[in-house]
Amino acid sequence: MTEAVQILSRGLGIGSVYALLALGFVIIYKSTRVISFAQPAFMLAGAVLATYLVIPLGFFAAVPLAALGTAALALGVERVAVRPMVGRPAFTVAIITLGVDVVVRVFASAFIGIELRQVRDPWGLKSTIIFGTEVQQRHIAMLVTTAVIVAALYAFFRFTRMGLAMRAAAYDQEAAMAQGISVGAVFAMSWAIAGALAAVGGVFAATGGGSVEQTLWIIALVALPVIILGGLDSLLGAVLGGLMVGVLQELVAQYQQYFPEWMGGNISVITPYVVMLLVLLVRPYGLFGTREVERV
Amino acid sequence: MLQVQNLEVVYDDVMLVLRGVSLRVPPGEIVALLGANGAGKTTLLRALCGLLDPHDGEITKGSIALDEQPIHGLRPAAIVRRGVSQVMEGRRTFAELSVEENLRLGAHTNPRNRAAGIERAFTLFPVLAARRKDTAGYLSGGEQQMLAMGRALMAEPRFLLLDEPSLGLAPRLVEQIRDLIVAINRQGTGVLLVEQNATMALSIASHGYVMETGKIVLDKPAAELLADEDVREFYLGLHPEGTVKSFREVKHYKRRKRWLS
Ligand SMILES: Nc1ncnc2c1ncn2[C@@H]1O[C@H](COP(=O)(O)OP(=O)(O)OP(=O)(O)O)[C@@H](O)[C@H]1O
Ligand SMILES: [Mg+2]
Repeated sequence: MTEAVQILSRGLGIGSVYALLALGFVIIYKSTRVISFAQPAFMLAGAVLATYLVIPLGFFAAVPLAALGTAALALGVERVAVRPMVGRPAFTVAIITLGVDVVVRVFASAFIGIELRQVRDPWGLKSTIIFGTEVQQRHIAMLVTTAVIVAALYAFFRFTRMGLAMRAAAYDQEAAMAQGISVGAVFAMSWAIAGALAAVGGVFAATGGGSVEQTLWIIALVALPVIILGGLDSLLGAVLGGLMVGVLQELVAQYQQYFPEWMGGNISVITPYVVMLLVLLVRPYGLFGTREVERV
Repeated sequence: MLQVQNLEVVYDDVMLVLRGVSLRVPPGEIVALLGANGAGKTTLLRALCGLLDPHDGEITKGSIALDEQPIHGLRPAAIVRRGVSQVMEGRRTFAELSVEENLRLGAHTNPRNRAAGIERAFTLFPVLAARRKDTAGYLSGGEQQMLAMGRALMAEPRFLLLDEPSLGLAPRLVEQIRDLIVAINRQGTGVLLVEQNATMALSIASHGYVMETGKIVLDKPAAELLADEDVREFYLGLHPEGTVKSFREVKHYKRRKRWLS
């Protein structure tokens, strides 16, 4: 029981980070059919920005502002580097985003410097007792925040004019245009949302008293197996896939000692990729990737 | 007045598809546009709505004016705002969204009158009211056509462009669609009706145009067109079934293209 609760809280905590990154990826993909590899850079940029804002403003003001700042950065990137490439083969555009990722990361890293850069979250490594078990507060906070963000996104896509327009454009761009929807605005919005989500994910990944390092972005790589696991076009898949991968990783890490030695000492790192492969064998469009609705 | 003058459209920089088309839709009237497959009817509607870009199409000559104001070169959103809406070929409803969401999307440029517009659409198309929460993709062909028309009306257009609304529908449904077009027109909306079903179109239009390989070859009051020998032979002699079949065959050029204005 104790162990289960600990694995679950750690897994869901880190899984939240994966979920946020994967969500951004899926939102960009659905709206623009662009496979964007720039999420890791936005994650790093958001975390770095937060370390600067947190000193004068405090953590709870710094995070939303860092998210906004990163959204603005993503907007700029979309406008300057991605928009002109529209209509080119998907592969070309994906490579462009890869380039964007490198440039933005180098730029963000330049702001890290030699000092210790911390996001100074209020939780650190403090714990709380839940079900008689000690769990880290930050993991609970990550999960709750992610839940709130997911609910907000759901409401946005369901009820707002822009959210609905984004869903329409995702389904049929030309038909959306015929309704007077500006596809450019949809593109911009999807990148902004993805940037903001990555920033929050980046800040979360840097909580717990650690410092923001250039290598923070590596966490974002896990978003790839998560998306493929959940389905490239499924928001629900991104969230559940992220959480699942987080928990699985923790599970494997916990029982590391029972795996044969030849598998190495760090199996949890490759877990997401192994799971992805296994799922792809059974369901090539991912666990939640939707098959098209067609008239019967 | 919606007026096209001497319009030339080129696809992919080389393919001249419209070769000097001129046409007028007076306010509050129904104008029919007939023509064989590949004549360029859809292309003309795309040009009218600013939707050539995603197809790599371009207006190379001529003009489109709405009440004397040029509208060619405007973005689709601006054209919709000015009062020209289109029901595209193949209906193109958002299949994954609900009936009501489809209608809300039609009001994208007109959010203030959204609730009233939805009520109006449900009055005009009662079948949609009964299925408002259903996924649009599961509606029948006739219902989807009504949804597409209802969606276009949400913008409260002064001119409604309809691209083959009777396509693939059973004769009784074609009649129903025809009556709906008349009802919409009675409320003051000018209609440009592109049709393969010439009998249907000419029975409700006041004026008709016939297009062939990118040119208007006949331009007459609808009653005269109905009596015209050539039109009878080429358009009225055809079996509706036959029309549908050959129509499908021409659809191969449709290519999906990612794009942005
Ligand atoms: N996106 C495109 N790119 C290149 N050529 C195109 C494109 N769309 C249409 N065409 C060509 O332009 C010509 C006119 O096509 P258009 O769709 O306007 O005809 P139409 O009169 O609507 O025909 P139909 O009755 O089959 O709908 C055809 O020769 C077609 O092959
Ligand atoms: Mg056509």
